Amino acid sequence: MAQKQEEVQIVPENRVYGRPALLTDRVMHYCPGCSHGTIHKLIAEVIDEMGMQDRTIGVSPVGCGVFAYNYIDIDWAEAAHGRACAVATAMKRLCPDKLIFTYQGDGDLSAIGTGETIHTCNRGESIAVIYVNNAIYGMTGGQMAPTTLVGMKTATSPNGRDVKLHGYPFKIAEMIACLEGVRYVTRQSVGTPAGVRRAKKALRKAFENSMEGKGLSFVEFVSTCNSGWKMTPVAANQWMEEHMFPFYPLGDIKNE
Amino acid sequence: MAKIRGAVVIDKERCKGCEVCVVSCPCGVLALSTEVNGKGYAYSYMANPTACTGCASCAIVCPDSCIAVYRQKFPTE
Amino acid sequence: MKEDVRLMKGNEAIAEAAIRSGCDGYFGYPITPQSEVLETLMEMRPWETTGMVVLQAESEIASINMVYGGAACGKRVMTSSSSPGISLMCEGISYIAGAELPCLIVNVQRGGPGLGTIQPSQSDYFQATKGGGHGDYRMIVLAPASVQEMYDFVFDGFDLAFRYRIPTMILSDGVIGQMMEKVVVTRNRGRMSDEEICRQSGDWALTGRKANRQRHVATSLALEPAEMEATNLRLQAKYNEIEQSEVRYDELMTDDADYLIVAFGSSARIASETVQMARKKGLKLGLLRPITLWPFPSERIADLAARMKGILCVELNAGQMIEDVRLAVAGQVAVEHYGRMGGQLFTPGDVYEAVQEKLLKKRRH
Repeated sequence: MAQKQEEVQIVPENRVYGRPALLTDRVMHYCPGCSHGTIHKLIAEVIDEMGMQDRTIGVSPVGCGVFAYNYIDIDWAEAAHGRACAVATAMKRLCPDKLIFTYQGDGDLSAIGTGETIHTCNRGESIAVIYVNNAIYGMTGGQMAPTTLVGMKTATSPNGRDVKLHGYPFKIAEMIACLEGVRYVTRQSVGTPAGVRRAKKALRKAFENSMEGKGLSFVEFVSTCNSGWKMTPVAANQWMEEHMFPFYPLGDIKNE
Repeated sequence: MAKIRGAVVIDKERCKGCEVCVVSCPCGVLALSTEVNGKGYAYSYMANPTACTGCASCAIVCPDSCIAVYRQKFPTE
Repeated sequence: MKEDVRLMKGNEAIAEAAIRSGCDGYFGYPITPQSEVLETLMEMRPWETTGMVVLQAESEIASINMVYGGAACGKRVMTSSSSPGISLMCEGISYIAGAELPCLIVNVQRGGPGLGTIQPSQSDYFQATKGGGHGDYRMIVLAPASVQEMYDFVFDGFDLAFRYRIPTMILSDGVIGQMMEKVVVTRNRGRMSDEEICRQSGDWALTGRKANRQRHVATSLALEPAEMEATNLRLQAKYNEIEQSEVRYDELMTDDADYLIVAFGSSARIASETVQMARKKGLKLGLLRPITLWPFPSERIADLAARMKGILCVELNAGQMIEDVRLAVAGQVAVEHYGRMGGQLFTPGDVYEAVQEKLLKKRRH
């Protein structure tokens, strides 16, 4: 009898967490366990909590995140590969009252789009740049990225990344942190509940900076690509902690 | 004194069986099903429902936002 | 009211017209021979008057993607460059065409290929009218032959771009860009307010997802073949409509002409002198000047060809527009080409000689 009384009633007043209002019903195309889904959720939550749905424009990249516009219910532009920061620059200059952010992967932002990224940072555009670094090209099938760790095997570094052949993994967050126009640089991850909570605060800060015209905010998400890494999602999260975090340490890099 | 109990409702057709929620649950509530959903994924379910405190850790890490969390206070004797 | 007449360079006229046409944003990168566009705008500081944004980007690639971003927001945006810079922009132009966004692109051509020369040329005709970037897309291409037209076509270019949601190009060259001429400075329309943008482009512009509408997405991506084909068919239908409605050309003494020159832009300016020269010598020469290079005045050229003894295409290139002229003429009469390259110009006399050499002599043989 007592046991039965303690059964939680599934009613709206008992609901403490659920699907964010700004996520569309569409099932995401991402692989099981992919960090993109969690990051999308955080963006949807923060925009909703800030009451900014009607004043936000996102810029999606080329890469796995290309279809972000199918999942978060805001206005979006899909940029050419690497050019999201240039697209966002014009949007913010022309619509300074809008929340403008880019959503880019490591290939998009730190390979083909390095020039646009760095100059947008240097101009101090008041946008938020969301950078998903999973050290591999996911959408094209697991090729080496600028951020691929030394020794890491990918489709184009089948024997592991060799610095003589491919150079060193690229830490663009540290690089842009030294630019005057950049206000906030932080590195986060969404593999654990605590990590997700911290990442959400970082995202909120980046979005608030954008609205306050405080210059550019850059939020890197050290992420997994379990399909590309050829691991289960749980193993990928563990591998990320053991191998990615030592090279890409989490926390604020610049916070002015 | 009051005791807090939780429960989760998982949209099993949206679940891709990544298992991240299972390992993130501090109370060992969740497990993957032996059956599969319409997409062929084993899905997460409450294998040990009485242990749930409604902390929402599972839902927070869920990449597919398919977990809703409920919490209720029960008076203790 | 007294006319406002000013002496201006072609490039300065572009800048002046941009501000007066209610342009919201200009994004560009310096390259000779068009840098005065950006320089003039920076000198005029329109952000203090109309609120127009002027930004020197880090590259032409960034410039055109800024244009993409601004256009997606329903704003009146433009860029300008010269040939090598336009090559860099071709990817972005393809995306703008694919996402069906309006914008204005000015190409003040110089000679190529490669880094080429900073001297004038018309060797980007193919690039402007046939694509340049990837995919089945078109731009409306306006070819000014005077500084006045540089000025006027900024207004017309924006109007066409918004009417059809299509990138529109002013294909000029170093002659027109650098030349000084008097310009009647007409019109002065303000920038669009947010309400006007919603009225004009409310069904597609990114203005923030409102409660009363679905989200808007500017994209050229469609992975489903059926969806991508539908996009292409929609584009082609639009292009057909433009070909029906927007062809523009100018004619000089074609009514009684036996021979016809077809030339655009600065070549047409030079060739118009040749026509006068020929008439004085009793040769019935006429000129057709396509103003829109796409859509091309094919029908008019076909009509004229029926009563000509010969046609000469005069271009500052190795023979590009001649392909469209020959397609239009469809073998009714011989079509010859006269051109110079590498930044070299011809005089009216050179063109007259070419008419003699390529049309009259050939006929006699």
